[in-house]
Amino acid sequence: MHIVVCIKQVPDSAQIRVHPVTNTIMRQGVPTIINPYDLFALEAALRLRDEHGGEVTVLTMGPPMAEDSLRKALTYGADRAVLLTDRFFAGSDTLATSYALAAAIAKIGEVFGPPEIVFTGKQTIDGDTAQVGPGIAKRQNLLQLTYVSKIAELDLAGGSIKVERRAEGGIQVLETKLPVLITMLEGTNDMRRGSMADALRAARAEIVTWSAKDAGIEDILKCGLRGSPTVVKRVFAPSPRAEKAKQIELQPAAIDTADGLLAEIFGRLPALEHELVELHETL
Amino acid sequence: MIDERFDAIVIGAGMAGNAAAYTMASRGLKVLQLERGEYAGSKNVQGAIMYASMLEKIIPDFREDAPLERHIIEQRFWMMDDRSHTGMQYRSDDFNEDKPNRYTIVRAQFDKWFSRKCREVGVTVLTETTVTDLLVDSSGKVLGVKTDRKGGAIQADVVVLAEGVNGLLGTRAGLREPPKPENVALAVKEMHFLPAETIESRFNLKGDEGCVVEAAGTITKGMTGLAFLYTNKESISVGIGCLISDFAETRESPYTLLETFKSHPSIAPLLAGSEVKEYAAHMIPEGGFKAIPQLYGDGWVVVGDAAQLNNAIHREGSNLAMTSGRLAGEAIHRLKAGRQPMTKDNLKLYKELLDDSFVMKDMKKYKDMPALLHTNSANFFMSYPQLISQAAQNFLRVDGTPKIDMEKTTMRAFIAKRSRLGLISDAVKLAFAWR
Repeated sequence: MHIVVCIKQVPDSAQIRVHPVTNTIMRQGVPTIINPYDLFALEAALRLRDEHGGEVTVLTMGPPMAEDSLRKALTYGADRAVLLTDRFFAGSDTLATSYALAAAIAKIGEVFGPPEIVFTGKQTIDGDTAQVGPGIAKRQNLLQLTYVSKIAELDLAGGSIKVERRAEGGIQVLETKLPVLITMLEGTNDMRRGSMADALRAARAEIVTWSAKDAGIEDILKCGLRGSPTVVKRVFAPSPRAEKAKQIELQPAAIDTADGLLAEIFGRLPALEHELVELHETL
Repeated sequence: MIDERFDAIVIGAGMAGNAAAYTMASRGLKVLQLERGEYAGSKNVQGAIMYASMLEKIIPDFREDAPLERHIIEQRFWMMDDRSHTGMQYRSDDFNEDKPNRYTIVRAQFDKWFSRKCREVGVTVLTETTVTDLLVDSSGKVLGVKTDRKGGAIQADVVVLAEGVNGLLGTRAGLREPPKPENVALAVKEMHFLPAETIESRFNLKGDEGCVVEAAGTITKGMTGLAFLYTNKESISVGIGCLISDFAETRESPYTLLETFKSHPSIAPLLAGSEVKEYAAHMIPEGGFKAIPQLYGDGWVVVGDAAQLNNAIHREGSNLAMTSGRLAGEAIHRLKAGRQPMTKDNLKLYKELLDDSFVMKDMKKYKDMPALLHTNSANFFMSYPQLISQAAQNFLRVDGTPKIDMEKTTMRAFIAKRSRLGLISDAVKLAFAWR
């Protein structure tokens, strides 16, 4: 079995700052991490490999420094890493990115064997669009399972997979045929810690590095800025709430239930009660 | 257990570890370097000033791509009391040379670069890998290391301990005693971000020129310690450190000292309007020559902070670390080339190289200084700064008092505070410790 996992190197959102003038993300000097959702995808892939055999290839598109995240993925236990890097890819939106990644996955299929499963994270934390995974599926003509929280069953011989998908109001159990593209949700499986042997192998591994041409991409106009119809019209930081929180003094001993607390608050602020009741009625 | 063997395992990717790893790998040795942090430098804290000539001996053309902040053209020594400072200042255009002597650096970035250099010469660097124990045989010979990764035991001819000031591994394995509180300082530091132009105008700098302020006095509330302020490209590193034993005794907290230092009327205007982005704390070995432990044994050597190699008087740590790492690497390479085993007798070569270098000569020169400053800290850090400040004010204030009376007042203040004998004794002791 061959599994391809798409990962993205993103700025660590915990340490990010927004430029006060341009309102764009200041990436300089901010540490990079593997997009957290992609790690859940990678762990799911590694578990399937451990159980069913085969290989896991990690793929990323990005600048040469994205190699760090691939090496890290190898430390976790991935078997092979492919870096798609070319100045033609600079400025790609989700359309251009899914085009380039789909082409690279096709090439990976030719060189290392066609994948039964392609994994991505649900979305990246720097773009938050959740479009690239489905984009790849469409271009590669793969069935797609999005927002997957758990891989329930893989039947390689029968060529099918059963997953749990988190949907509004519940969990859907879905079964579909391979090959398939799966976008993984958070919180379902913690990333493993690679063994010493994996860490040693990762430190010395040769990262397969492909340019657009190497990946068999002929139509450069579909790549990078030129292949990206998305236009950012305006970027702005949401203004902080103008209204200040009200502080009211209460005798805590006198109140022992939430209802009691509400009654006390509404007693002091009758306008608020009226407002909330009205809101409730319109809903 | 990993089957593969290495010529050397280096524990730690700070200055000493990187210097040792680079030196050995660039001479053809098979080197594994283990770092517990997420990347080399992620756990490393320093002021930080980097001395060029020690790095030149390892990577001669480092200026081509190393992330350097500013080269230092001006040094200010300030003796502070609560409201003033008496300063000595040295600035020279000679420091604007082709190959400057001192640079400010940001360790997180610098160490990443140094680690990349190590990998380029063939060091196998594993990050996020903590060495939990040394593998030791029944005779006490170190055979390799155990790590926190699965199947993580791994063997080598020699282990270079560059594990930093705490030296948990070495002390746990009984190779040396844990450092004593009176021999270790705790320093805290903040990074204050300001536009490059603001820094340049406040410190009278242009381009990549940098300025360093080092200050002692009442800011440490009688404890043995030092405060600093270093200019980076777009930030100012500001910090203060005192001996841990003093902190324990006075119950002062490091961050309160730092807040007080930052709000000192001589410092506050230099930092005004800055954005604090980073707060870090670090221990510094201050015990000097007398605190240096056993440096080598069967299958192991210890370098850098873990070996307590730090010249507190000249505030030199990282260059002693780099040099000890390099010399350990050279000694190991020489033994390996001569097909000699890594026994205690043979590894003595490292100590001999170190004794012969500036590292041990400097450490020896100031062997009495830490004790003197410590036992006499109330005078050196409280009384004298205040007296000197008064003297300067007496000299500068013009209010019709005859000059002779002013001088007498100054003299009387010194004697009243410290007595004639005390003054002479401090001067003599200081001269002897400096000698």
